[in-house]
Amino acid sequence: MKIDHSLPLEYSTEENKLKILGFWIFLGAEIVLFSTLFAVYFTLQGNFADGPSASQIFELTPVMIETILLLTSSFTIGLGIHAMRIGSKKAMMTFFGITLLLGLGFLGVEITEFVTYVHEGATMQTSAFLSGLFTLLGTHGAHVTFGLLWGGAILYQVKKRGLTPETANKSFIFSLYWHFLDVVWIFIFSFVYLKGMM
Amino acid sequence: MKWDEFFVTGEPMIYAAMVSIVLVSIAIPAGLTYFKKWGYLWNNWLTTVDHKKIGIMYIIAALLMLFRGGVDALLMRAQTAIPENGLLDGQHYNEIFTTHGIIMILFMAMPFIIGLMNVVVPLQIGARDVAFPRLNAISFWLFFFGAMLLNISFVIGGSPDAGWSAYFPLASLEFSPTVGNNYYSLALQIAGIGTLMTGINFLVTILKMRAPGMKLMKMPMFTWSILITSVIIIFAFPVLTVALALMMLDRQFGTQFFAMQNGGMDMLWANLFWVWGHPEVYIVILPAFGIYSEIIATFARKNLYGYKSMVYSMIAISLLSFLVWVHHFYTMGHGVMVNSVFSITTMAIAIPTGVKIFNWLFTLRRGKISFTTPMLYALAFIPIFTIGGVTGVMLAMASADYQYHNTMFLVAHFHYVLIPGTVFGVIAGFHYWFPKVFGFKLNERLGKWAFWFITISFNVTFFPLFILGLNGMTRRMYTYSASTGYGPLNMLSMVGAVGLTIGFILLVYNIYWSTRYEPREVTGDPWDARSLEWSTPSPLPEYNFAITPAVDELDAFWFAKKTNKSLFEGEYEPIHMPNNSGLPFIMGIAFFFFGFFMVFSWWIPAVVAGLVILGTMAYRTFEQDHGHYISVEEIERTENALRGENS
Repeated sequence: MKIDHSLPLEYSTEENKLKILGFWIFLGAEIVLFSTLFAVYFTLQGNFADGPSASQIFELTPVMIETILLLTSSFTIGLGIHAMRIGSKKAMMTFFGITLLLGLGFLGVEITEFVTYVHEGATMQTSAFLSGLFTLLGTHGAHVTFGLLWGGAILYQVKKRGLTPETANKSFIFSLYWHFLDVVWIFIFSFVYLKGMM
Repeated sequence: MKWDEFFVTGEPMIYAAMVSIVLVSIAIPAGLTYFKKWGYLWNNWLTTVDHKKIGIMYIIAALLMLFRGGVDALLMRAQTAIPENGLLDGQHYNEIFTTHGIIMILFMAMPFIIGLMNVVVPLQIGARDVAFPRLNAISFWLFFFGAMLLNISFVIGGSPDAGWSAYFPLASLEFSPTVGNNYYSLALQIAGIGTLMTGINFLVTILKMRAPGMKLMKMPMFTWSILITSVIIIFAFPVLTVALALMMLDRQFGTQFFAMQNGGMDMLWANLFWVWGHPEVYIVILPAFGIYSEIIATFARKNLYGYKSMVYSMIAISLLSFLVWVHHFYTMGHGVMVNSVFSITTMAIAIPTGVKIFNWLFTLRRGKISFTTPMLYALAFIPIFTIGGVTGVMLAMASADYQYHNTMFLVAHFHYVLIPGTVFGVIAGFHYWFPKVFGFKLNERLGKWAFWFITISFNVTFFPLFILGLNGMTRRMYTYSASTGYGPLNMLSMVGAVGLTIGFILLVYNIYWSTRYEPREVTGDPWDARSLEWSTPSPLPEYNFAITPAVDELDAFWFAKKTNKSLFEGEYEPIHMPNNSGLPFIMGIAFFFFGFFMVFSWWIPAVVAGLVILGTMAYRTFEQDHGHYISVEEIERTENALRGENS
């Protein structure tokens, strides 16, 4: 395996470059996936039938907390990649750890929020609007959950094997994924929650 | 659930199918044990990451599915051959036209094309494998087990019965209470994920792994078609993923997306399905256009006419393919404006397609045409496909479509597009590239017999349907009374279907015959062809190219032959190749069981299978696998053995 030292570690082999490009394209497919879910949600937004409407169930506080947690985690993973570029394994691991904890916090708040909705009688089965809402949020939440497992596995590998072209590549790709989830959340925050509360 | 609900009962044909499935399931392991082939099967096929072998497996699976879907088709034609026929009852007929559609599109046309692109694309661009060989194996096994999951439905639980487009509310739990449509949502989901991964894999492969000097505008036309197809796959398949997930949620988790009450919207399904479904049509047709471009240029002994316009017209088709989906349901009551817009976009597709047709005709003009089997299919494609295209423009006119909608006219139209387009295309490609992979041609005489049977019978089968449709016969109708007068033309169509069957049997018999008797081919270039894949020896060494070819023009191999220059300059170097892995196969099995348990809403086993899937992913991430090197001595040995006679 030829390693090109003029490039950052994550780009340093041919295989690594291919994987990063492949993952960008995968994110393109993910954009289509989430766009479709958004389109479904917007189509069904007004169809709350006998159930509650968006403005009746949405509350700003938990959503603000979720937003701050996830946006901060996007910042910390950026710092983690920066640390990786300057070769500081310890700082990189710390920032990745903080990222995952923030992600866990986000997930906790989101689950609590779902439980609250259900207690208020707003379940996935109540109306088409709620089906769309839970599916969109749930798909994002499932991505975050998967990200926590994946990120944990990568962190363990960095700890065991150090910063190699392989682990750096995985960490970098994971950071792309994590930023992407953040971008999706910004859309959810703006066009689902804020718009729904208006 | 009781056993008699679990297994489909009450039909002699189903019992016969069960018996045959049991016999085959006993025969395969018994045969493998008797001939001591378990190790061979595992080491050479089930664990392979070699794009050529994966391609072969795709094509074998596609041929099997062709016969499974073909039996469905024969049954349908037999049932409607005479008025008031009692061969099948209504329910059975519904299941058969549904699985015929799903299998032919998703488990025959798609894998056949993906199989050909697996074999050919890396060779055409001078690469040693695809960008992600392991992912490629995962794609195959997800497709394979998705297809198997759908296929067991007709003996276990019942097949989907709401048409291949599974419109709501018909496909909802209320109107389709069997597990049939659960199979639909899960089997297609599993296979669809595999297809998406294939799209990503080939896009990266084509963008990044071309031989030095091969600019995008110097790629062979088939590779171009796959590049564009991959982009369509990446943009279309996630929509299917969502649509199928929502279908599953509606049917099994009580959500209201497509429901008739609580704010649900059944039309949402039709829109989502066709936003994927129409691009899907181009996913199966564009690669066939690529195959024809290769074959016509090769056998007319001329450069492809209008290379750039071929590329631009494919790009135009790919963009338009996302803007026409509403034409599948003009009659469902959106306004005049919406129908008009989609009418125009639909007709617009005829323009780039027409450009392509004329380019092929101009390529043929004054060419030294040799009438080989692949060329015959390509030549037959042009007029027959044009009939399909022109009737497509008729259907595109929204106001006229109110007459054609849901009639046999439509059925005739899309068979006239898909069979000469996709099916002839993949068969032509199969004959064309067969000697590259196996080192001998398929017999030309048998091939031509099969060609004439297939082409003539195709027209006998489907042309009467145009007339039946105009006379008012609707599609998906399991029987009709004699007074309608539909009988004679349906009988004629049945005769054609029998002819088609004979043609396809001849085609497969040809594989057997040629394997035994056809002389081996030693040049590596049996057709005197143009692109890089023919510069390698046949059958191919594992690493494809001992030295990466250097390319400076389109059809570099052709011009290298003319000017007696070599594409391969340089010394042998050790070649890095990926290792085989059993993980994709195991993952496929886990997905199969996950899907199966989900179909029956057996949550605990489903969760366990889901955890196994996650486990295989975790194993993969912790695994350290850097592939292996093939040494220079081994390359020399292989090359001397393969090229020994003629170098």
